[in-house]
Amino acid sequence: MVKNKGTTPLAFDEMMNADSSPRQPYSTYHEWYASQDRNRLITKSKDAENIFRKTGITFAVYGHADSSEKLIPFDLIPRIISGREWRKLAQGIEQRVIALNAFLDDIYHKQEIIRAGRVPRELIEKNVAFLPQMIGFRPPGGVYTHIVGTDIVRTGEDQFYVLEDNARTPSGVSYMLENRETMMQMFPELFHQNRVRPVENYPNLLRQSLASLAPPGCSGKPRVAVLTPGIYNSAYYEHAFLADMMGVELVEGSDLRVIDGKVKMRTTRGYEAIDVLYRRVDDDFLDPLTFRPESALGVPGIMDVYRAGNITIANAPGTGISDDKAIYSYMPEIVEFYTGRKPLLENVPTWRCSEPQSLKYVLEHLEELVVKEVHGSGGYGMLVGPTASKKERALFAEKLKARPTNYIAQPTLSLSTVPILVNKGIAPRHVDLRPYVLVSDKVQIIPGGLTRVALKAGSLVVNSSQGGGTKDTWVLED
Amino acid sequence: MLGRTANGLYWMFRYIERAENSARLIDAGLRMALTRSGATEGDWDGVLQSAGVRELYDEVHETLTSIDAIDFLLRDRANPSSVMSCIEAGRHNARMVRTALTRETWEATNECYLEMKAMLSRKARQTDMPEIIDAIKRRAGLIRGAFHGTMLRNEIFNFSRIGTFIERADNTARILDVKYYVLLPAVAAVGSSMDNVQWESILRSVSAHRAYGWVYDAELKPANIADFLISNGRMPRSLAYCYEKIASNLGYLEREYGERHEAHETADRTLAALRSRSITDIMDQGLHEYLEDFISQNNRLGQEISDGYRFN
Repeated sequence: MVKNKGTTPLAFDEMMNADSSPRQPYSTYHEWYASQDRNRLITKSKDAENIFRKTGITFAVYGHADSSEKLIPFDLIPRIISGREWRKLAQGIEQRVIALNAFLDDIYHKQEIIRAGRVPRELIEKNVAFLPQMIGFRPPGGVYTHIVGTDIVRTGEDQFYVLEDNARTPSGVSYMLENRETMMQMFPELFHQNRVRPVENYPNLLRQSLASLAPPGCSGKPRVAVLTPGIYNSAYYEHAFLADMMGVELVEGSDLRVIDGKVKMRTTRGYEAIDVLYRRVDDDFLDPLTFRPESALGVPGIMDVYRAGNITIANAPGTGISDDKAIYSYMPEIVEFYTGRKPLLENVPTWRCSEPQSLKYVLEHLEELVVKEVHGSGGYGMLVGPTASKKERALFAEKLKARPTNYIAQPTLSLSTVPILVNKGIAPRHVDLRPYVLVSDKVQIIPGGLTRVALKAGSLVVNSSQGGGTKDTWVLED
Repeated sequence: MLGRTANGLYWMFRYIERAENSARLIDAGLRMALTRSGATEGDWDGVLQSAGVRELYDEVHETLTSIDAIDFLLRDRANPSSVMSCIEAGRHNARMVRTALTRETWEATNECYLEMKAMLSRKARQTDMPEIIDAIKRRAGLIRGAFHGTMLRNEIFNFSRIGTFIERADNTARILDVKYYVLLPAVAAVGSSMDNVQWESILRSVSAHRAYGWVYDAELKPANIADFLISNGRMPRSLAYCYEKIASNLGYLEREYGERHEAHETADRTLAALRSRSITDIMDQGLHEYLEDFISQNNRLGQEISDGYRFN
């Protein structure tokens, strides 16, 4: 195992070749960068921070009472993907998203994949993300995951892996949009020199995509609304931003009520019906009559309205079963089962600690593995073997032995790097990528997405809650 | 529009208005302290009363000092009407109704909050006060400018304006009510320099000391001051002006929605009374009683608007 405090020397850098020449997609940018005054860039970097602060693009960090609103650091060196690379990625993502929807439809209906013995029954039916209330029900248009954010990492020129399928409520798209907006404000010349594919039509596409899946009970122009848990939610800014950009209402549970078999919102003129609800509230909290009775974030009775075909909920309740980390390890089988083809994008090899053989292997190789909670997210509750101390590993091993079914393990991938601006110039940092996918009667993938970057040298954790930043992500026209 | 959004807009603008009013009261208090040497806790007592937080002050402080009073009015979170509390509450409401605001209006509100939060992070020194008061006025002006320059004249605009003027009417009425006795004919007959200071401070509390001279004689007269602040429809902080605005904004909503509520009756009735009653009539009937009535009626109107438009 290579012990290196800094960046793993073997990491693939997306901007620079080993011989210090720029890789092809970066050649125009690199030339521009070389002509820039570094102090000007550092000033611009501070300008960007001010733009974000002024706009209020903040997120809340749970457990930090004092710093309830934080900025996600923005790095102004773009991450650039060539048209050829993107086509390959997009095909793989589309295949995967189609498979996810087919999988969801199957497990809530005939469960052929279980009967075929490709996925174990107990993994589905004992999973908390599996909602029996969805059995036998088909959402409008047969779409379960209207919005997906597929997390992708890269380890080499042609090696891409899917790290996670975020099929519940992927967040971060507002950063994708604001990062682009900020870059265009600060460096308009770059967008003349490079042919960057646009992302700014995302809110329009999202609105059209949602409206096209209106429920059968909707007559006339579908009314769309965004449901937020409220102002204290960590992603509140994004909820407000998307509602604003789409020109639809941003509602809270307390605004909504089921009246005459429809979900209606309390307006200044009385109650008015909603047809499509883009909800950013978890399944558990959606309907206190069906799920958690104490939830004040949801709408009592909305599930009945849903099942009666009088509202579309995006994403559909129960989609979490498809992006569960335990299910993830079966994704290659799932893709093949429903599309009849090998997956175009690879999974990261995954050990399921629930299996004794795998558990044994994981315990023996903790110092080279990343261990994650099956239901965890946001980089919480995970162990990064190579950077953890001996004591941390020992403590984690105990947790692992106590509840093996709660964990999966993966090799520490040597994630690709993209340079960030630092005081002395530029320095490589590890990145991942979350492209956003809209599913209606077609699959639309926004060219680019959100690049998250670990700001600490050598760190592989890119989550914003753990000190990660973001970059504008360019997909070039060929 | 969501009832909750209308509620958020209404309160956002009430709080921004109140922040500015609190700053103006502090300014008037500071001015009085300058005018007379060695002034005086009694003046701050009046200022705290005008802000409606005299009793609250006593819960937090043992004694009344100008330094504590200023801090209480400026930045004490225990005082919901302090400048900082109001700016925070205004911005909180703005975040809640973010989708109803133009980017310019939201950013002006957010920047106001960011600047004042930094500026008021520590107890202010007397020497910093002009700069602070200035910053508050400037920031509030920028919000108002962004709002007027960029917002559509629709229901969002109407609810925001109604919030502004309900708050302003309340504020002007309170300022008058605290000092009503210095305007009474019996006391006014004395006309000492002491009275002049008091009268001027009333005008300063509503930023009207210059405008007064343009409208009336240069000489301060209690009946004219009361007339200016109550009945003069051209004075932007007078009760009459506030009710012109409230009634016209409610009128837009009535036409737009095709719906009339209790609030419309109350606002129209109050406006008609403000137009028809002369100031001598009001003062003969009892200024204090008149103002008390007005304040409670103004509160009731706020409640009627909330009910009629389903704020909660």
